[in-house]
Amino acid sequence: MTMADPATRFAAGDRVRALSVDPSHHTRLPRYVRGQVGEVLDVQGVWPLADDRAQGRPDPRSEPVYTVRFAAHDLWGEGSHWVTVALWQSYLEPVGTQERPEEQ
Amino acid sequence: MTAHHPTSHTAARVRRLEERLIAAGLTDDAELDGIITRFLAGASPLNGARIVARAWVDDDFRARLLTDANSAIADVGLSMRSGLQEQRLTVVANTETTHNVVVCTLCSCYPIGLLGPSPSWYKSEAYRSRVVRDPRGVLAEFGLHLPEETTIVVHDASAESRYMVLPRRPAGTDGRTEDELAALVSREGLIGTALV
Repeated sequence: MTMADPATRFAAGDRVRALSVDPSHHTRLPRYVRGQVGEVLDVQGVWPLADDRAQGRPDPRSEPVYTVRFAAHDLWGEGSHWVTVALWQSYLEPVGTQERPEEQ
Repeated sequence: MTAHHPTSHTAARVRRLEERLIAAGLTDDAELDGIITRFLAGASPLNGARIVARAWVDDDFRARLLTDANSAIADVGLSMRSGLQEQRLTVVANTETTHNVVVCTLCSCYPIGLLGPSPSWYKSEAYRSRVVRDPRGVLAEFGLHLPEETTIVVHDASAESRYMVLPRRPAGTDGRTEDELAALVSREGLIGTALV
């Protein structure tokens, strides 16, 4: 994992992929969205990273948290509903043409 | 529902944890009681109902509620500051075509100040694991049968925002006062497992 960028990396409408990771520590990246692609709906502001807080780090990193919408069919292979999940920035990577090289 | 009763086991674990913290000199019973009292003081679904009733009668309030709920609810004397830090509130509106329902798949995040203590089923593994996968089936078990064409959106409160559903105003309620409208709103309507 790279150092968290405090700048807001994604905007509403961007397609993002939740990282396919399996950390040994507590995380608030739900397993059922790992590796899945969704669309950013909203930026919820900047919040201390749950993973750092759970490990008792004295100076937890803070990152933007995004509302990301996933299609049920992508998550479960069936269903027509949507699931929104709130995800810290370092849980996400850009997908396809939405990548913004100038911010890398 | 469950064959065993998890509450007393959890309470005993919490008490052991409290005793360790007190023994370490990090807090005391008076401070813990004060935090819990402040947190639960006035915590009730009547608060959520008042917010909904205001949104039904005041379009400007409704618009602000859906874009910046934390500042909007100050209009009715409420805030999200009852805990250790202010929580973000997101209000999601049901429409003719979309129905919203709230869950916390990772634990039991819930806007306690606006809805009161959460029902036990909200914290159950069955609800948390099933509603994201088959919301239509789970809602039917609650007695809520939505039309096939209704789009369902499940909101997983997985980070720092708490979610509340703004139900649709029932037909035939023109001319009702705000208090009368608030009395129509149930806790389940605010979670999204019932209509109003």
